[in-house]
Amino acid sequence: MGIPPNYLIPSITELPKTQGVNTMKVLINIILMGAVLAFLPGLAAADGEITVGERSFTSLSEAVSYASDGDTVWVDGGEHTDTPLLIEHEIALIGLNNPVIDAQHQGEVIRVNANNVLIEGFTITGSESSHIRDNAAIRFDRVTDGIVRNNILDDNFFGIYLARAHRTQVLDNKLTAYGTREATSANGIHAWYTNDLLIRGNTIKGHRDGIYLEYVEDSEILRNEAEGNIRYGLHFMFSNDCVYNGNTFRNNGAGTAVMYSENVDMHYNLFLDNWGSSSYGMLLKDMRDSRITHNQFIRNTAAIRIDGSSRMEVENNRFRENGWAIRILANSPDNHFTKNDFINNAFDVATNSRRAYSTFDKNYWSHYSGYDLDGDGYGDVPYRPVRLFSLIVEQNSTALILLRSIFIDLLDIAERVVPVLTPETLIDENPLMKEVNR
Amino acid sequence: MSTTKIIKYQLQDVFRSKWVWAYALFFFAVTEALFQFGGDGDRVITSMMNVVLLVIPLISIVLGAMYLYNSREYIELLLCQPVKRSSLFFGLFSGVTVPLSVAFTVGVAVPFLMRGSEIGSILFLVITGILLTVIFVAMAFGLALSFEDRIKGLGIALILWLFFTVIYDGIILLIIYSFSDYPLQQPVIILSMLNPVDLGRILLLLNYDISALMGFTGAVFQRFFGSLAGQSISITAMLLWLAIPFWLGRRAFLRRNF
Repeated sequence: MGIPPNYLIPSITELPKTQGVNTMKVLINIILMGAVLAFLPGLAAADGEITVGERSFTSLSEAVSYASDGDTVWVDGGEHTDTPLLIEHEIALIGLNNPVIDAQHQGEVIRVNANNVLIEGFTITGSESSHIRDNAAIRFDRVTDGIVRNNILDDNFFGIYLARAHRTQVLDNKLTAYGTREATSANGIHAWYTNDLLIRGNTIKGHRDGIYLEYVEDSEILRNEAEGNIRYGLHFMFSNDCVYNGNTFRNNGAGTAVMYSENVDMHYNLFLDNWGSSSYGMLLKDMRDSRITHNQFIRNTAAIRIDGSSRMEVENNRFRENGWAIRILANSPDNHFTKNDFINNAFDVATNSRRAYSTFDKNYWSHYSGYDLDGDGYGDVPYRPVRLFSLIVEQNSTALILLRSIFIDLLDIAERVVPVLTPETLIDENPLMKEVNR
Repeated sequence: MSTTKIIKYQLQDVFRSKWVWAYALFFFAVTEALFQFGGDGDRVITSMMNVVLLVIPLISIVLGAMYLYNSREYIELLLCQPVKRSSLFFGLFSGVTVPLSVAFTVGVAVPFLMRGSEIGSILFLVITGILLTVIFVAMAFGLALSFEDRIKGLGIALILWLFFTVIYDGIILLIIYSFSDYPLQQPVIILSMLNPVDLGRILLLLNYDISALMGFTGAVFQRFFGSLAGQSISITAMLLWLAIPFWLGRRAFLRRNF
């Protein structure tokens, strides 16, 4: 039984290509599909039935190569192993009842060589781990305007691989891999030389890097969750003018590595439990002119590590129970930290210089012990966030075992009264008396 | 006269005196104040850590020594009776440690329980406090029995307290700096076991202050102290710290010519 394709779903060229996807439209499509299917029991029950227009197929690769521009390939359940699947036309490949495409650890799974391709509703698994080839579950190679939506990518080498695939949208996919070593596993969502991406609502677990972006510009990365990835939750380089909002990075080898980029916005992200020897919530390496606001950093070894970055605005963030809230190296000038909450961090700020090249103003520090006699909300005594002990630990990490010892507390008090070793000018002149970002 | 009877008289005597109540009130006031200023239970516990590590050893060692010096006549009187010396020693010892521990526990626990915290959350704080109490009272008894002169005894008690709470960590830091070219993590773990205050501090840190477990070094310490083997070794070290001064004090008491 065939379905008139035009009735069911707008051809892929009609799908919104702008970065805000019309969710209402998607929803209506899904409901419509469900309703139609309910009245077509013959089709709904068919396991592994593949239809393109009026014709039905038994092999997925045949169906895909038969389909021409504007067609929709419907796949109803079943397990399909005829990979690699090459998509050469502008089609929509839509799975119903969770069909599985399995490469059985032989090469790659789906390679898209046409623009305007939609892939939705599949479980895609088994791209081969390799030291030579970048085998991916879904690979877009020099094609634009694709959409990958609502798929489950399980046990793959690379998950979604985008190379020069401008304006691609990666929405609401679940990616899981089971790698244990960096060398034998690869990135979840990998983009290279690609502009105007939208990566939204994906969950990425157990890959090497959750999301990896290199030479990616003007893109939005929104509300993704990266958990338990071997290296970084998010890793980007040479990627200017991107926006990262509302993502969660939990328990990765290191939360995010943010490198060699300019004009980046990172807001409302959550960095949790990134513990480890050289781990951190966020690494800023050679970054310029970016804004980091309203993020939460909780229980990271170092919440933000800043190396060679300048003119960063760090505002309204919350740092709680981190080993170091901020480790800033002297090669990072003109950064500005204001209205942040520093709560119960072992060390608030650590640096390797006696001079201060960045400014701290109007932050809340839970270790601050001053008073506010004039009642203007700012402490009357400046706060020095760099402790002597943090310098000691910087030089000699074994000394960490003395943390919270009374001897160390006495040393710190003495140093605070008369700073000899800690940077004299690294001061918050107006420490807030109350938290600002509850 | 049996040990229990001595303990009973001791407790009656001690609870009648004001210092036990003052001690309990002190812990209650500090905990309550921290709740008033600070807020949630976790933060109060981490702040209480330093109070416990500083105050309990001081009070225990000074009060323990003073108590033994002051009850000299009482001890001599009892020794005229048919009482075993070991029962008397145990009675005296319990007579100081039990009230101190109870006062501390009640003082700390009441503010927490009033706010509906579970007893489990402060269990480690209370256990560490009690162990430190017992250890430092045992040291105090050993001192008081070894030095006839009470000024000398109290002076040494104070020096001992300063040594364990402050100077010892300075020495560790010195060692870490002097031998910074060598892998020092294991020696430092062993060194910190030789000081009950450090041992208590590390156990409390690992249980309450997650931010302390940072970095590679933190991970090494955590792997040791966090593991079952490490925990049992440190608890054993703590119990040895309890047993050795107690045994030395008891031996001195049995041999002493009053």
